[in-house]
Amino acid sequence: MKGDNEHRSIRKQRGRWAARAIFFCLSIVAAGFINLQIFSTDLYTLRSSENRLRTITVPAPRGTIYDRHGRAIADNVPGYDVSMLPGPRDSISAGLDRLADRLELSPERRTALLSRNRDRPGEALVVRENANFEQVAFIEERRPRFRRVVVDQRPHRRYPAGPAIAHMIGYVGEISQEELARPEYAGYESGQSVGKAGLEQQYEHRLAGRDGIRYAEVNALGSVVRDLGVAQAQPPVPGDDLHLGIDLDLQMYADSVFPDGMRGGVVALDPVTGEVLLLYSHPTFDPNAFIGGIPLNLWNALREHPDEPLLDRVSMASYPPGSTWKLVMSTIGMKTADLAIETYHADTCDGGLWYHTRYFRCWLSRGHGRLNLSEAIKHSCNVWFYQAGQRIGLDPLLAGVGEFGFGRATGIDLPSERSGLFPDSRQWYDDRLGRGRWTEAVVWNLSIGQGENEQTLLAMAQFYAALATGRAPVIPHLVRDEMLAQQRADWTLDLPEVQRRQLVDALARVVNEPGGTAYGNRLARWTLAGKTGTAQNPHGEPHSWFVGFAPAYDPRIVIAAVVEHGHPDGAPSLAVPLAAGIVDRHLETLGLPPEDAPGVRPAEALPPRAGG
Amino acid sequence: MIARLRIPGVGDPTLLVLVLFMTGLGIAMIYSAGLVDVPSLATGIWVRQLYWFGVAIVALAVTSRFSLRFIEWLAPWAYGISVFLLILVLFIGTGPNGSWLELGPGRLQPAEVAKLGTILMLARVLGGAPGPYERLLELWKPAVITLVPFALVLLQPDLGSAMIFGALLLAALYWSGVPLFKIFLLASPGLSLLLGFNWIAWGLGFLVVAAGLYVHRLFVLEAVGVLLANVFTGALTLRIWDSLADYQRNRLLVFLDPDIDPLGAGWHLIQSKVAIGSGGFIGAGFANGPQKRLAFLPEQHTDFIFSVVGEEFGFIGVTLFLVLFAFLLWRVLQVASSMDDRFGSLIAFCLFAVLLTHIVVNLGMAVGMMPVIGLPLPLLSYGGSFLLVLYAGFGIVQRVAWEA
Repeated sequence: MKGDNEHRSIRKQRGRWAARAIFFCLSIVAAGFINLQIFSTDLYTLRSSENRLRTITVPAPRGTIYDRHGRAIADNVPGYDVSMLPGPRDSISAGLDRLADRLELSPERRTALLSRNRDRPGEALVVRENANFEQVAFIEERRPRFRRVVVDQRPHRRYPAGPAIAHMIGYVGEISQEELARPEYAGYESGQSVGKAGLEQQYEHRLAGRDGIRYAEVNALGSVVRDLGVAQAQPPVPGDDLHLGIDLDLQMYADSVFPDGMRGGVVALDPVTGEVLLLYSHPTFDPNAFIGGIPLNLWNALREHPDEPLLDRVSMASYPPGSTWKLVMSTIGMKTADLAIETYHADTCDGGLWYHTRYFRCWLSRGHGRLNLSEAIKHSCNVWFYQAGQRIGLDPLLAGVGEFGFGRATGIDLPSERSGLFPDSRQWYDDRLGRGRWTEAVVWNLSIGQGENEQTLLAMAQFYAALATGRAPVIPHLVRDEMLAQQRADWTLDLPEVQRRQLVDALARVVNEPGGTAYGNRLARWTLAGKTGTAQNPHGEPHSWFVGFAPAYDPRIVIAAVVEHGHPDGAPSLAVPLAAGIVDRHLETLGLPPEDAPGVRPAEALPPRAGG
Repeated sequence: MIARLRIPGVGDPTLLVLVLFMTGLGIAMIYSAGLVDVPSLATGIWVRQLYWFGVAIVALAVTSRFSLRFIEWLAPWAYGISVFLLILVLFIGTGPNGSWLELGPGRLQPAEVAKLGTILMLARVLGGAPGPYERLLELWKPAVITLVPFALVLLQPDLGSAMIFGALLLAALYWSGVPLFKIFLLASPGLSLLLGFNWIAWGLGFLVVAAGLYVHRLFVLEAVGVLLANVFTGALTLRIWDSLADYQRNRLLVFLDPDIDPLGAGWHLIQSKVAIGSGGFIGAGFANGPQKRLAFLPEQHTDFIFSVVGEEFGFIGVTLFLVLFAFLLWRVLQVASSMDDRFGSLIAFCLFAVLLTHIVVNLGMAVGMMPVIGLPLPLLSYGGSFLLVLYAGFGIVQRVAWEA
């Protein structure tokens, strides 16, 4: 038995050790806290933020597009996007199932969303853009069921004039996989909106702006707890605005007067600057339908419609120019074949002309009789121009047309402009028809704007603008811009001023003198000058053309219009009143004072100009 | 001033005030732990802790009035009831681990009650039979007393609480004056259990034990027994490992590397470190801890209450709490040291050991220095049974100080 004293001394010693144990143990623990809270606090503060913050992209509002009077052609309205935060695949999948009915998610859409989530599991998944109010309310009322779902207010595109401006503006849509692979879309991410056609595509990088970042605080379940607001985020940089030369009013006017049920297009330029005043194609579509993803059935209906509503007939379609081409012939003839405004040909027009064994008709079967160039333009006599073509000859004609830029795109600021068609050499015929299997008679067809000759409205407008002003040809452009207005095409008319003026007179006679092919559509207040066209084509009734400008001697607008199959035999040509109406309305909008006596003012009556 | 308070049965008013103060802080932290942005069990639970606080104070008042001799008489009863409850809970236990007994308005954790029962029984046995502990066999009584609740708690299964009983036995033997080497021999099978993962490590341990036995010239029979026990437990290690529940195995593994399972077993450890670390020097402020608020922090009102302290009060607050805990431990140790009565002194020292083990394991776990072993933090963690048992213990300690 140990004594109490001995026991007491052992306890005393062991008590001291126990006290040291307190100090020792708590010091070790304290070291742990020092490590975490003093030395590693930055690391853990960061991890804490990563834990609880999810970045959400704040899309930049696209730049507004204004017309020449400051009216919005494309602007933004608040819309609601429904997205899901990153999370386990089954919970995303289950969430989609719960949303599918309300958000009208098709099975294909659902599959596409899941595959995007697989590709980019760390990103918020935009399930539906531009959800409507009922859909948003459905989600918000059932918040606890949709913890992973965020509803974001985002700017959405709106085109107030809708169909009237569809073809120039294009539309925006979700960026495609092919687009993502292209270098110009570097930095874009799947799910983002991007300009798909028209100006939206052409000026994508100016309009897009830069997306911002917003943080949402989430809890351990990944549900959004609160939005941290814009203060902590990187605000989006809105896109640049665009100001167009387009007159929205004129655009809507064209939409309202374009002949019902017909197809075609019309474009109007400022002949001095090249600003596009009007660009309209018919039939049209509503670009608003594309916002937030166009329903597949509507998209297919648009693509498969026989009238091709998605086709911009101004910049992407070409037509045989018909008689509007005769001014090109006149110009080349004056420059290279010594044609003059008073030139008569050997054969008079009696309704047609024999080329060896083949009879080429004039449109007027009873014939125009004896005509000079001026009258041939006024009456649009084919026989006169057959002989002009003959006189010019095939090689000079092919060379001369090429010199005027036909067959090349004009360079308008649209992404999908197509160039017209005109043979550049005899080789062209040899390649297509075979050497020796064609004759010089092709000249005759080319001379009246038929045959291997198809031109866009833009190219014709560009040529007539040069003819109307006598200046270097402008480049058509939609965006009002000093630089673009200064640009000129790489060719010139190179026609003596006197002769140019004579051609203008002739064009004025077409509209303003009795017997002219457009006399019925002369304007009461201004002198409209221009050329009608009736283009034969293999698809049906002839296309109706009009290309012209006004006022004839101080041109403010040049216009080119085509109505497909718009000139059946014995019926009026539909393009002419359309163009005339647009011109009249534009000049009125400009506030241009009416001329005292609209009509032809022959060059001979004017005092000779110095150096003219 | 506190020292001059005269309350019958209360021998250390400073300790009493300290305990009450820390419990108050604990309830404040439990209140904060409930302020989260997501529906949580912890919300409003501080009120229940407040009720338990009331009950615990009554328990303290009662036990501080019992004389030590009465408590000594009571010890077998307390121990018996504890064992009975531990057996009962194996059959009708509720809760996630089946460790609770539904008891009228509240729930009781028999494992907590058993801690006190075992303390009293150990104190009675060791206090009444002092020394000389020449033979290990003399220690069979305390060993059996501890082994019964240890095994029953392990069956629940509650590894953390079971460990506490082992610590209790070691502490009681230590304070009774048993030679350190004999304590080491007694503990050596447990050590072998740990080393059993690696045959070389186990072999080295075995040699150390054998060499010690030779130097100290123990009775042959006992020496053989110890060695056999070491072989047995060393061989058992891998079997036990295989029989462990997945979550238990993961808890031990993630302690070595939390990132092997960051969303599962490693989650607790990682999130606790993130919460404490992001608290920095001054913390996010009371009730404001974002990790806690957003429910990243699990068990924020029970086992990880101190992570809330770390996140909201920063290193300053942590230091304050560590100082309070050190003071508390020191004070209880003082009571044990100043008491001549072996029974009373042993009770105080065992309570000290329980407190120290809980605090070190819990805080070590919070900072990622220990595996995730579910031990509550004394006076701070939510949990009525533990608070009640602690207060009853503190009541007896007050009585010990009173009679000293």
